[in-house]
This record gives sequence, C-alpha cells and structure tokens, in this order.
Amino acid sequence: MQIIELKCHVGVGPVVSGEALVTDDNFSARYDLDRIAGIFSRPQHKLAGQSYVDRIMVFNTAKGGVASAWMLHEMKSRGIAPKAILFNNVNPILAQGAALADMAMCDRFEDGDVTCLIHNGDQVTVNPEIGLVTITRT
Amino acid sequence: MKLNEEEQAMQNGEMGEPRRWAIEHMMRVGRFFDAEDFVEVTQAHIMADTESLGESGIEFLEGIAAKPHSERQVRIPMITDPRGIDFCHYRRLKQTDLMASLEQRAIDAFEAMGILMTNTCINYQTIMPPVRGEHLAFGDTGVVIYCNSVLGAYSNFEGGPSSLAAGLSGRTPRYGLHLEQNRRATRRFRVDWEPVHLSDWGALGGIIGARSGSYWEVPLIEGISTQPGSDEMKHMGAAMASFGSIPLFHMVGVTPEAPTLEAVCDPQQIAVEIISEADRDAFFARFGGKGEKVDVVVFSAPQLSLLEMQSLAELLDDRKLHPDTSLLAVTSPVVAADARRMGLVERIEGSGALVLEGMCFYQSYAREMGEANGWKRLMTNSVKLANIIGGYGYEPTLSNMENCVASAIAGEIV
Repeated sequence: MQIIELKCHVGVGPVVSGEALVTDDNFSARYDLDRIAGIFSRPQHKLAGQSYVDRIMVFNTAKGGVASAWMLHEMKSRGIAPKAILFNNVNPILAQGAALADMAMCDRFEDGDVTCLIHNGDQVTVNPEIGLVTITRT
Repeated sequence: MKLNEEEQAMQNGEMGEPRRWAIEHMMRVGRFFDAEDFVEVTQAHIMADTESLGESGIEFLEGIAAKPHSERQVRIPMITDPRGIDFCHYRRLKQTDLMASLEQRAIDAFEAMGILMTNTCINYQTIMPPVRGEHLAFGDTGVVIYCNSVLGAYSNFEGGPSSLAAGLSGRTPRYGLHLEQNRRATRRFRVDWEPVHLSDWGALGGIIGARSGSYWEVPLIEGISTQPGSDEMKHMGAAMASFGSIPLFHMVGVTPEAPTLEAVCDPQQIAVEIISEADRDAFFARFGGKGEKVDVVVFSAPQLSLLEMQSLAELLDDRKLHPDTSLLAVTSPVVAADARRMGLVERIEGSGALVLEGMCFYQSYAREMGEANGWKRLMTNSVKLANIIGGYGYEPTLSNMENCVASAIAGEIV
C-alpha cells in the first residue's frame, strides 16, 4: 500500500474520504449533469454516463455557469452529490457554491497537474482546512 | 481577512443574522482566494432561478425573508437575473403549476428583502449601466464579462449566495478582478476575418473562451476593423464566458482599459495566436443538423435587445412558421414593454412565434419543456445557448438569425 500526500491551497468544507473519479475535462453543474439521476449527461463530457454520487471528483477547471453556486447546495440537500471536488484551478462560482453547501473543495496543487497526480479509483482523503489531500493506493 | 468596525459588527451579529451569515460566507470565499479585506460595492445582481435553487435554495431564501424587516433588507440596490417562468405563458410551454409555485415563493422572498425584480441578463443595456471603476457584485457570467470588459467596471462572477451576501452587507471580498494586477492581458488573439452576424461574434467568443479556458486568463483581441456595437459585444462576451469561464477581455482601441496594446500587456511577453476563417468554419461545423426537421428555434441567452426584436420582426413580417416548428423570442420585461408599445411583439407573434419576457430558455426547466413538447432539434443564433443546451437533452444547431427564421418557416434546417 502506497500513501501519497499532496499539498494544495487552503480550501472550504469538511474533511472527507472517498473514491476518486478523475478527468482532465472541465466542470459545470449546470451544463454537464443530470442532477436527478446523479450522472454526467452532456454527451461531449469525458465522464458522460458516469455517476458522481459520493465520489471525490477531480477536474482541470470550472466552466461558466453562475447557477452552479446554488446547485451544489441543492444537490447536497438531496444526498445526490459528490463528497468533494478538486481542481487544478477553480473559478469563484464553484468556490462560493462549496462555501454555501459546506462541500469539500480545494485547488492549486503544489506538485503539478492534479488530474495526473490522482488516479481513477484511488482512495482519497481531503482536508481543506490545512490544504492537504492524502492518496491511499493499493 | 482584515475587517473594519462595521464589518466586525456584522460578523458579531449586531446587525442581524442575515448580515452575520453574509460576512461569514464571504470570509470563507475570501480566504479561498487570499482576499486581504472587503471592498464596498454599489450594485448587486442575483442569479437565482428556481431550477438551480431547488426546494433547499428556496427554503434558504425564505429563512432570510422571515427575519425582521431591518435585518433582511439589502443595503445597496439589488436586481435580479431572468426567472424560470413567464407567468403569462408557462402553461403553453407545458411548464407545471409546481414550477410556477416554486417561482412565486422565490419572488416573494426576494421582494421581502427589498430586491428589485428586473428579471434580466441585459441590465447593462436596459437598467443601470455601470461606470468605469465601479465595484460591483454581479451574477450571470454574460453580465459580468460585459460590465468588466466593455464598461470597465470591476466584478467577479458572483453566484447567487455570494451576490445575496454582497447585497446584504454592501461588500465583497477583494480578490480576482477587483485587483488591478489581475486585469492585465495574459493571451493575445489576432483575428484574420471580420465577424458579420451576431452569431459570428458569438463564435469568436466561443473560440477564444475554449482556447483560454480559465477564469484567471484575460484574452486580448486584435485584428478586427469592424466596429462592434452593444449586441455584438453582448453575444461575444456571453459565449466567451460560457465556453471558458472568462470574466474579462480587452479589445485594442475599443474597450476602455485597452486604448493601446501596451496599456494592458507587455507585447513582447505574450505570443500571438491566430484565429482563422478555418477556425470559425470548424466551430460552426461542430453543430450539425442541415436538412433535418427543426423542432424549436430559440432566440435567448442573452435576452434580446430592442434592436434584435426589431430585426426579428422584420424577418417574420407577413410570414408563417411551419406548423411543426415553434419559435421563441425571449427578452427582458423592459424591452418587452417597449416592443409591445412599438408593435414589434404583434409583428413577431403574427407569424405564430411566441415572445417571452423575464425568463431565459435554458434556466426554465429546459429538459422538462423539451420532453413535454417533443423538442429535440433546437436551432439558435446564440453560441452560449448552443453550448449549454446539449446537457439538457437537445441537439443544437447554430446559425445566424436569418437562417434560423428561414428554417422555422421551412420546418427544416436550411
């Protein structure tokens, strides 16, 4: 078993653990998701058809769509939401949404491209308060 | 973050629970983006359609609206982005009474806070255009990019919760585009063709947005000799923000912060990227559909200006839509009132088309509307709408307004 620690900028939200779902694609809650079914619905998205529920999502960056700020709160209220979202660089909307929803979110990783550093299926713990993501890889 | 006396009073709850929440929320966001303090803002604009709010978001708003009058009132002028419902037409669109009742609850909550229900994403054309250097808390990415770029105002993208927090406190954390150093150009794009139609300007915005691809990039545009007007900048900005989350661009000799190239960048430090005619053609080709039946033609996102309404009326005069194709023209309440008074609404609707006001197509339960009406193939001249609507189960086709109208009359994409 291998344990890897990744330093990032201080984020928002609680400490959470879960299984990573990783893509080098970008993210918008409004454009990309079927929020009722809990899957990526935009056909061009690299995760089209996959479930995001209870996953630690890893994306490159966030796309337009101010609505995402409300949507994270709404998704979490129904229990059909990711546990955390990690980015290389996030825009203000998603950070604001995570702050309202109390969802774990971090970005700006010191060791490079987070979509390469974390692999699909890794067990990941996110600690936004100190800006630390821990990977447990078997 | 450094707080002044009044901000500390808000944080301590001395000015009521809503303002305490507002400051605490913005401190979390400010910490995320290394804001050292708050900046006073003069206007707030909130995006909060009920589809994105959901039941939980409406309950959140109602919680604030239930507080004593002195605690729940916003402290600066605050206006709203489009709603999800046009109460005059929602049944015809096969939206449900449940959707309408959620909408009414949200409106009641906003009105209790003293928010003006302008229901528009073209407030910079119709309500109170910001002034250069004015710090704002605006929602709707198209509004923000226009006000930053074309008017030289200072705003980040403010999602609904943060916009509301700014309205309640009169503050926003000082980060991102409130800081001069983040407004310098980081990318240079030279365009070697001239945009003609609004959809061309949109395509240019889409290409630049997709290539820039991050909130923290600032594109600089060179090479266009055609003078853009407000609608051209509106379509280009909305598409750039939609494709790339871009909140600010400069255009040399046109936008206020870029009288010269040197005013916004060190030209030696940034490589020039060419946007060719082939790039434009490839962009349009992403959206297919030629020869197919078209179910619905939509002019929306952003809402139509009075001049766009006039163009549409001229194209539809004395013509009838194909019986199997719908045409929706979505505008703001202010423009709709003027357009009605000037006879434009009557001319547009004489063709069988429908003018909707105070809403926006994609924030109006577009998936449910599509399923209820059997709408799949959607045609538009809005690059922003073409980008978004695929996620709601539609097959978008992008073209200029003339072709969109011709297709609505033919019943198939021409």
